[in-house]
Formats: sequence, structure tokens, C-alpha cells
Amino acid sequence: MIPELGHFALIIALLLALIQAALPLYGAQRGNLTLMAVARPAAQGQFVFVALAFGCLAYSFLTNDFSVENVARNSFSQLPEIYRFTATWGSHEGSMLLWVLILAFWSTAVSVFSRHLPEDMAARVLGIMGLISIGFLAFLLTTSNPFERLLPAAMDGNDMNPLLQDWGMIIHPPMLYMGYVGFAVAFAFAIAALLSGKMDVAWARWSRPWTTVAWAFLTLGIMLGSWWAYRELGWGGWWFWDPTENASFMPWLAGTALIHSLAVTEKRGAFKAWTVLLALIAFSLSLLGTFLVRSGVLSSVHAFATDPARGAFILGFLAVVIGGSLALYAWRAPKMITGSGFTWFSRESLLLANNVILVAALGAVLLGTLYPLFMDAMGLGKISVGPPYFNAVFVPLMAPALFLMGIGPLARWKEASLPDMVVRMKWALGVALATGLLLPLTLDGFKPWASLGFFLAAWIALAVLTAFVDRLRHGQGSLGQKLATLPRGFWGMQLAHFGMAVGVAGIAVVANYATERDVRMDVGSYAELAGYTFTFRGTTEHDGPNYRAARGTVEVGKNGKTLSILHPEKRVYNASGMAMTEAAVRPVAFTDIYVAMGEQLDDRGAWTVRLFYKPFINWLWLGAAFMVVGGFLAASDKRYRIALRRSDVSKNLAAQGA
Amino acid sequence: MKRWLPLVLFVVLVGFFAKGLFLNPREVPSPFIGRTAPAFTLPLVGNASASFSPADMKGRVWMLNVWAPWCVSCRQEHGFLMQLAQSGTVPIVGLNWKDKDREAAQLLAQTGSPYVAVPEDLDGRVGIDYGVTGTPETYIIDKEGIVRLKHVGPISPEVWKDKFEPKLKELGA
Repeated sequence: MIPELGHFALIIALLLALIQAALPLYGAQRGNLTLMAVARPAAQGQFVFVALAFGCLAYSFLTNDFSVENVARNSFSQLPEIYRFTATWGSHEGSMLLWVLILAFWSTAVSVFSRHLPEDMAARVLGIMGLISIGFLAFLLTTSNPFERLLPAAMDGNDMNPLLQDWGMIIHPPMLYMGYVGFAVAFAFAIAALLSGKMDVAWARWSRPWTTVAWAFLTLGIMLGSWWAYRELGWGGWWFWDPTENASFMPWLAGTALIHSLAVTEKRGAFKAWTVLLALIAFSLSLLGTFLVRSGVLSSVHAFATDPARGAFILGFLAVVIGGSLALYAWRAPKMITGSGFTWFSRESLLLANNVILVAALGAVLLGTLYPLFMDAMGLGKISVGPPYFNAVFVPLMAPALFLMGIGPLARWKEASLPDMVVRMKWALGVALATGLLLPLTLDGFKPWASLGFFLAAWIALAVLTAFVDRLRHGQGSLGQKLATLPRGFWGMQLAHFGMAVGVAGIAVVANYATERDVRMDVGSYAELAGYTFTFRGTTEHDGPNYRAARGTVEVGKNGKTLSILHPEKRVYNASGMAMTEAAVRPVAFTDIYVAMGEQLDDRGAWTVRLFYKPFINWLWLGAAFMVVGGFLAASDKRYRIALRRSDVSKNLAAQGA
Repeated sequence: MKRWLPLVLFVVLVGFFAKGLFLNPREVPSPFIGRTAPAFTLPLVGNASASFSPADMKGRVWMLNVWAPWCVSCRQEHGFLMQLAQSGTVPIVGLNWKDKDREAAQLLAQTGSPYVAVPEDLDGRVGIDYGVTGTPETYIIDKEGIVRLKHVGPISPEVWKDKFEPKLKELGA
């Protein structure tokens, strides 16, 4: 009964999406206020029904209703309750339902926070989001119905993929989708602007906070995914350039370019066509990512079942949405008037350089991700493109971008003075160079890439410091008062840039100074790595809720003192029989000590054990966390709310006049 | 002209994706196609005193099906292999791969065996010689003992019709 209710709710949601798309878009074109007014209630109603469908599916999972095929395939009666809940979006069908739920959530958010927008703008934005929703709801209902019954019902489920039974995976998909789907708002704003021909500074100001929030969520989602892979795959790696990772990284690169280009459009009225194109590209890449992961066109660690009908549907949808929007862009772009000019050295030109580099990096990642497909489709053989390509192309491209990151925020709009900049930044350059050259010597040997990383990290951090000093030197009042009056947009940007510096420093250390060993360990034997002693105390049998594990005991010591006792596990899951490595990770200051069990070697309890020493890896997550907080802070800047109040006033005046 | 560029690039991309939908990224071409099938001699399941070697099949077109009792997708193709065996189109040899628990004999007794012989590759060495990456995998070997086709994954009626039938006809099976 409940699954049928959910199915029915999805159908109603589809009908509401049709209404939400058709009437307001038509009304906006005709200037019909009644039709435009349908947009908000339709969007909110759609959210209610999608949420109801999602609730029904979650209920089926929580109550172990194995007469629902999706539940029988992806859950298990012994599965702990929290994973039975997260299994709701662990499958293909469930994750697409989550996608639609989050789209409906964003639409509702737009419907609530769009009161200051002109009616036709709000109607168009919500109408476009309705169109996207139609596509995904139709996809769910025709090819991926999550409520499909299994008759007769299964006795028990097949279990959730053990890899996903981790709390990083509980929040990674929702956060990632908040980012992916959040770009739909920027996309809808861009299409609405193209449709109406109103491509002004106000448009950039409206889409900016939405884009920044989506970007912050995407950053968080990617960070959680990386953190999950690091702990759960047992290889100690945090980024594999896997197609699925690239699928989330490409919208991030486009989104990063977009938030910077939007800044120029808002402040200077320049780059309009480019900003619109980036908004289209950012969401297109989100859709592309969904296509690549869901259709199985590229093989990847995400071993979801693939089905050609699904791939064909998403590709068709992709062609309509992206092709249609790019055609609209080509048709309407000439109408956009560019803003005021700028000289070769100004904040505009630096941001332009930033955009060019980010888009070039995006192109490089896209090419590497799709290259195997191109080769295969042209019958030129099977190849795979791995980390050597990506590292060789990506790192040299990003280095200049990181250098410019230091100067950009300090340069004046329109025309900056190079000699002045040299005077202001010469000390920072000196200190950064010294850091780059000397810091590696205090570590395990000089390595050129580490040196470059330290230089760039120090450079960005010092530029952030310079920006604060500049701001605080002028004005009156105590330091605290002055800090409090700095706008949140400024805080957000500096915090995000500082986060980048922290992340780059972390990568520079971990990529160059991490060490690892694969060792055979008998009970009572010990191994050494990076000054730490690892003593193996054997394994014990351990029963989990839905798995059995061999739990190892490894004592970690330094200079004869025991620092910590780690318990890495080798688990075998009851339902699927899948073996999983559960690494034990122990942070010591900024360093992770990471131990993973390999295979049992003999009857006397000897195992192969992988030992990792991962210095400063936490700085990666820390840096990303700074960026996320920075993004939210910037989006909450007062200036977006002031714009809201002022337009309220003008609306009231207009109402009085009428 | 410049403003049409994104659309043009995208259209090209869609073309590749459409093609990509019909390709299998997991299917890796076998370097053994066109070469002599690696020789081996293995004991038979349930009758360790007898053995099987590809040389025994000389002069006939035959199929080597790599399977294991623990392999789920092998069960999926089992029904179809039974039909094939009954039709007598082509003899199938079932290489029992890495069957550490020795469950093959019992399983085949229960479900029926489509195989003319079931050699036992307990440690998986013959599998390595053939470049087996997982089960099930199926090879067509011709009258001269040369590998003519490799298929990864279960054989469905569609796969059979598109891939195996034309090849077998060509080889005169």
C-alpha cells in the first residue's frame, strides 16, 4: 500500500511539474500575471509530493518491505537502522529520487526567496526548473521506478553494497546533489535572462548567492567523497581521477569559474555573455556527470547496474536540455551589451585570466575522462587514462591560477597599478619564496613539487593577510570594531582563499612525503615506518550486526612509548559474502597513521598488513571546510538582502501609486 | 560564428555518447584471438583419474566456458547453456575455475550439466594462461585449436545470435 502511495505521489508530482513549467513560462511570454502566479504554489506542491514519495520509499526500507524490488536488492534485515535509511538513496532508483527531491527543494527555496524578483523573472526561473523536473520525474517513472514490486516477495534482501555502509556515504550524496542540482538555479536564471533579454547587473546579483551556496555544497560533497574513499577503500589514496570523481569535479571547476565571473558581471557589468555561458556549462556538466555515472558509458568503481534504456533516456534528455540551451544562447547572445572597458592589468583582467585557466583545466579533465570513449567509438582500441595524464596536465595549469589568486583580490577594478602592486606584495613574495625553498629542507629531503606547493600556499595565505591589513589600516575604531564592519562577502572570499592555501599545503606534503609499506606480520612481530613502530598482536573474531570480521590489534609506538592501539578489520558481509577492508586511522597531530589488513597468510595468524604514514592529510579536509564556510558566509552578505528591501519599497510605492 | 561553437562541440559530444551507449567499456579485447589456445592438462571434476586437454578436441569447433559454482552470473547463463547442449550445436567444455570448496560436482548433479567435460582449475593457473579476468567467460576454439572469439559475461540469447552464431557459421561448426 505504502509503495503504491509513493508511486502515486510521484505521478502527481509529475503533473504539478508540467503545470509549473507550462503555465508560468507561457504567462511570462504573454505578460499574464495570473498564469505567472501559478509558478510558486506549483513548485511548493511538487516538493510536498516528491517528499511524500521519498518518505514512502524510506518507510519501505526502514520496515524491511522486501516485496519492493528496490528494497530487496539494496537492503537487508540485519542492516543497522541508519543504513536502512541511507539505503533509500544507495541504489540507482533511490539516488535519482533524491535528485528530484533536491531539485524540488531548490525550486521551493526559489519560490520562497524570490519575492523581490520581478514576477516574470520568478515565473521563468521556476518554469525552467519545472521543465528539468519533468525530465527527471519521467525518467524515474518510465525507466527507474523505485516502487517496483517483487512478487512473490523475497525472504530477505541482498544487502546494501558494503562499501556504502559508512557514515561518509550517509551525507556525501545529499551534499553532492545539493551542489549539482543547485547549479540548476543558476542555469534557470541564465535561461530566464536569455528568454527575457534582460541581462543586467540585477540579474547577476540575484543569481550570485544561489550559485555560491550551490558551489559550497558541491565543495562539501566532493570533500566528503574524497574522505570516504580515503578511509573506506583501504588504499590510503584520496583522489583517483576516476571518471565518477571527475564527473563531480568538472562542475566544480565550471562553478568556480562562474562565481568569479559573476562577480565581474555584478560589479562592472562586463563578461555578460561569458557568465551566461558558464552558468549553462556548470549545470550541463552536472547533467553530464549524472549521465556518465548512470549510463555506464564509462566503467568506474561505482558498480551500479547499467541498462541501455536508461542511458538512452538520459542522453536524449541531455541533448534536449543542453542542446536547447546552447542554441538559445547562440541565438540570443548578440543582444547582450558588454559593460565598461578595463585595462590589461586590473581586477577584471586577472579574473579573466583565472577563468581562462579554470576552463582550460576543465577541458583537460573532460578530455582525459572521455578520451577512452572517443578512442573506443572510433575503433582505435581500448585505452585508459589514469593519474599520470591528469597530474601532468592539471598541476602545471593550476599553478599559475593559484599565483594569480594572490594578486586578484588586491587589484583595483578597471585599472590597477603594477608598480604599486609590486611595492605592496614584494615582502609577501620574498617570504613565500623563502618558505618554498626552506620548508622542504626541514622535511624528508627537497622535492621541487613540494617546494612549488609551499611557495603557492604561503603566497595565497600572505595575500589574504595583506588584504586584511589594507582594509584595517583605514577607518576608525578599535580592531574588533573594524573587523566587525568588514562585509561578509569579503570575509567569505578571504576565508575560501585561505582554505585553498591550507589545502594546497596539505597536498604538497602528503603527495611528496607520505610513505607506506606492505609487510608480512606474524603475531608479536613488529615493523617500522617513518619513525613509528607497529607491533602486531594478532586477530580476534568479531561479530558485527550484519558481518563477521577478523579484527587485528596493532600497537603503534614511537621512541619506545605506545601511542595508540589500532583495530583494523577485514570484514565479510553475511548477505553478499563480500570482503571489505576497514582501515584504522589514527590522527597524530596533523599526521594520519593508517593501518589496513591484507590477507591472512597461514594458520598461525600471520597477515599481510599495509601501513601508511600520511602527513598533513587532514589539511585537505580542513582547507575544503574553510572554502565551504567561506562560501556560505559570502552568500549571506547583507548586500543581497538590502537589494531585497529596496525593491520591496519600490514595490510598495508602485502599489500606492496604482 | 563564435557563439555557435559551444553548440557544435556539444553535438559532436552527443554523437560519441550515442555510440558509447552501444559499447561495453568492460570488454577488453583478448590478445589470444588468432593464436593457438594455451595447452593444459587438468583432472576432471568428480573423476580425478581422467583428464582433459585442448588437444583432445582437435578437428572440432568447440567452446571453452570458464565458470565457478560461486559465480552468480554463471547461474544466469546456465539455462541457456543447457538448451545449447541439448540442441547439440557445439560441444561445451566447462573449465571449473578456482572452486576451492569443490562444490562443482554436487551443483552439476542438481542442476544438470551442459558440458562434455569439466576440467578442474583449482588454483586458477590455466585461467591466468587464458587471461581470464572473471567468470563467466567463453571462448570459441576452431578445428586447428586456434582461439577465434572471447566473450566476457553471461551468454544471453541475444549475445548468442549476434556474436556466437555468425562466428560458428564462419568456422563451419
